[in-house]
Amino acid sequence: MQLTINGKARDFAVTQLTVAELVLQLSLEGKRLAIERNGEIVPRSQFANTLLAAGDQLEIVGAVGGG
Amino acid sequence: MSDSLNIAGKSYQSRLLVGTGKYQDFKQTRAAIDASGAEIVTVAIRRTNIGQTAGEPSLLDFLPPDQFTYLPNTAGCYSADDAVRTLRLARELLDGHTLVKLEVLGDPNTLYPNMIETIAAAKVLVKDGFDVMVYCSDDPIMAKQLEDIGCCAVMPLASLIGSGMGILNPWNLQIIIANANIPVLVDAGVGTASDAAIAMELGCQGVLMNTAIAAARDPIQMAGAMKKAVEAGREAYLAGRMAKKLYSASPSSPTTGLIS
Repeated sequence: MQLTINGKARDFAVTQLTVAELVLQLSLEGKRLAIERNGEIVPRSQFANTLLAAGDQLEIVGAVGGG
Repeated sequence: MSDSLNIAGKSYQSRLLVGTGKYQDFKQTRAAIDASGAEIVTVAIRRTNIGQTAGEPSLLDFLPPDQFTYLPNTAGCYSADDAVRTLRLARELLDGHTLVKLEVLGDPNTLYPNMIETIAAAKVLVKDGFDVMVYCSDDPIMAKQLEDIGCCAVMPLASLIGSGMGILNPWNLQIIIANANIPVLVDAGVGTASDAAIAMELGCQGVLMNTAIAAARDPIQMAGAMKKAVEAGREAYLAGRMAKKLYSASPSSPTTGLIS
């Protein structure tokens, strides 16, 4: 399954993937982040039961220093 | 004496708000913020680095959200849509936190705000339940419109972001302050402590700065200087300054009892 994450295409050797599983695969578990899927925010409480589809566009963001 | 800054129903003892960008490292960021006494700190929302983040410390480790009030910003956004999208992500990121700093830029060289897009974004965000502190031009009409939309604070620039040029138009700031029923804070352009003091003496409710501290030779010492300047300026404002006169013919020492 190919997903576009933060503007970059990435392949995952699975046929089914939830947002929670994706977070694990990307070694982002436990990090404070927010995820937008195809322009819609996926609430953290929905990570485990949100199934991703091939071609999904994901934005994964966090807080950084800024003014 | 209680003289707190009240924003969106919450009161703060410090009237200095600081950014968290441009520091050497997170340790210096934290030390400078501690020296500044700031309770509200701005953060930016950016794409997470994927693949190289395991075990890497994050800003939040050094500035725990339970010790500071985060003010997520929309720095780098040039349209209302991008700004709204960024702050919705910030709200999710920070567990439903609604206090935000809206800034929609108009030009990458000057970073001057695009007020048309700023107003459009403010309308959407206020309707969506955000408490919007808004970076804006020092135009009294724009500031009033942002208040009418329902923003919880207006934050006109003193001068351009990162310029350190100080307060270029104190007269406009005074008009904005005189007409406002919400807190007016100076955001951007402060270069050194006297600039912050002047902003407070004019009647601003607070000052937001980043570069003036982070780009000082000694950011931690400058953070302490800014804390004192904001406090001094506030006290001078409350005390009510003497009137300016070209000359007074009123010496401070007695005019009688002089030796002859």
